[in-house]
Amino acid sequence: MRVKYVLSEVLVGLWRNVTMSIAMIITMAVSLTMLGASGLMYRQVDDMKDLYYKNIEVSIFLTQEVTEQERTDLQTKLDSDPLVKDVLYVNKDEAYKRFKEMYQDAPDLVNAVKPDQLPEAFRLKLNNPEQYKNVYDQYKDTAGVEEIIDQSRLLDKIFNILTSIQNIALAAAIVMAIAALLLVANTIQVAAYSKRREVAVMKLVGASNWFIQAPFVLEAVVAGLIGSLLGLVALVAAKYLLFDGSLSALQGLLSPITWGDILFIFPLMAGVGGLVSAGTAWITLRFYLRV
Amino acid sequence: MTKTYPKASRPSLDNVSVSIEKGEFVFFIGPSGSGKSTIIKMLLHEVAPNKGRVVVNGKDVTSMRSWKRPHFRRSIGCVFQDFRLLPNRTAYENVAFALEVIGKTKAVARRVVPEVLELVGLGGKEHRYPHELSGGEQQRVAVARAFVNRPLILLADEPTGNLDPDTSIEIMRLLDRINRTGTTVVMVTHDSNIVNQMRRRVVEIESGRIVRDQARGVYG
Repeated sequence: MRVKYVLSEVLVGLWRNVTMSIAMIITMAVSLTMLGASGLMYRQVDDMKDLYYKNIEVSIFLTQEVTEQERTDLQTKLDSDPLVKDVLYVNKDEAYKRFKEMYQDAPDLVNAVKPDQLPEAFRLKLNNPEQYKNVYDQYKDTAGVEEIIDQSRLLDKIFNILTSIQNIALAAAIVMAIAALLLVANTIQVAAYSKRREVAVMKLVGASNWFIQAPFVLEAVVAGLIGSLLGLVALVAAKYLLFDGSLSALQGLLSPITWGDILFIFPLMAGVGGLVSAGTAWITLRFYLRV
Repeated sequence: MTKTYPKASRPSLDNVSVSIEKGEFVFFIGPSGSGKSTIIKMLLHEVAPNKGRVVVNGKDVTSMRSWKRPHFRRSIGCVFQDFRLLPNRTAYENVAFALEVIGKTKAVARRVVPEVLELVGLGGKEHRYPHELSGGEQQRVAVARAFVNRPLILLADEPTGNLDPDTSIEIMRLLDRINRTGTTVVMVTHDSNIVNQMRRRVVEIESGRIVRDQARGVYG
């Protein structure tokens, strides 16, 4: 009977102030969607880093007038370098072959370049791609080295962009969360005010504190959970429309977001939504009802 | 005990000591601001004294933790000048509410509430809303609500303050009947008529001090 009473109070409470409840749920939903999106991107960026950095290469291009001696010296040095995992020597012919492959859509460019013009190179795989700088410092002044190019610097730029998008989403989530929090506090105050007579009687006859607080706290929690469900719907829609829709061209570039990822992030959203609402409601009540 | 409210120039209760036996009927009288209501608030554990102790039902509640207050209050019934009924509930529902929010089942309420409404003389008016009842009847509902859980103590803060003399007498008869069941009744009032008619113990307070404590007193 008490559970039934509390639940019916929750529904009555949400309905009594329905515009406020809707505002509360919408802000909560937007905030939790942002949170979920930034959580998904976090995983996404991690996955992509793994994928890309594993295959990353540092290329040491040699000068046109490099001597046989310089080349073998460099090769021995690289072979014994603990930072370097793999060394692959690419001579002019191989470089040209790669070049042809890479630009097969632009035959004019391929025709304009002779195998002779392409530099020989060492392609290195590093044990730890982040130690590129050390490799660079070590070999940049070696005789016969023209230029050292690190793919990870390019990737870093891409990941910087992704990380800042992720941070923006997180910041938006926090700002919206503050708005949601204030709305929860306000809703609870209004609810407590409209039930002040009941609350006064309950306190007088000795109803336990949890029994007085539960309907209000649960009202906020229900709003939070509905908000997180809407957030889930928004994420599913985003995957469906954006990733599988207009952004599908980038599929090869971005690691895919699976339904599993979204389902994995949902408990986080629901948990944050529920707990933040409950905490806010409870603290508001402590000030407002002094129970 | 002594109670000084913050910002007050003098203590609301100044070194007051009073002991009330189980089953007694006591009037606290005195002019407004004399500190009568503070005594009720202390008995309800709403305020704590700055000095001294409050002992209720043999338990020292002076430093009782606030989370224990709800359970403590179940042994005390309370009636006020302004009735404090829920306007959107019938007489029956108002009384049942007090039972249900402390965890009693609907079945218990169905058994006990009609009984207590009968006791206060509201038989047949269970399903009226407060606005359909007279002031005296509303106060009867409030008394029924205070008494339905069979408290050891009934506190009444000017229960006749809003009622005409005849109705007041009826409410007093009701409180007297409740007192005869063994319930201690503590009543704050400045209704001299009633005090003079009842001839019960009278404790007079003035400016926070007890100036008189008389066994079968009159209003003075």
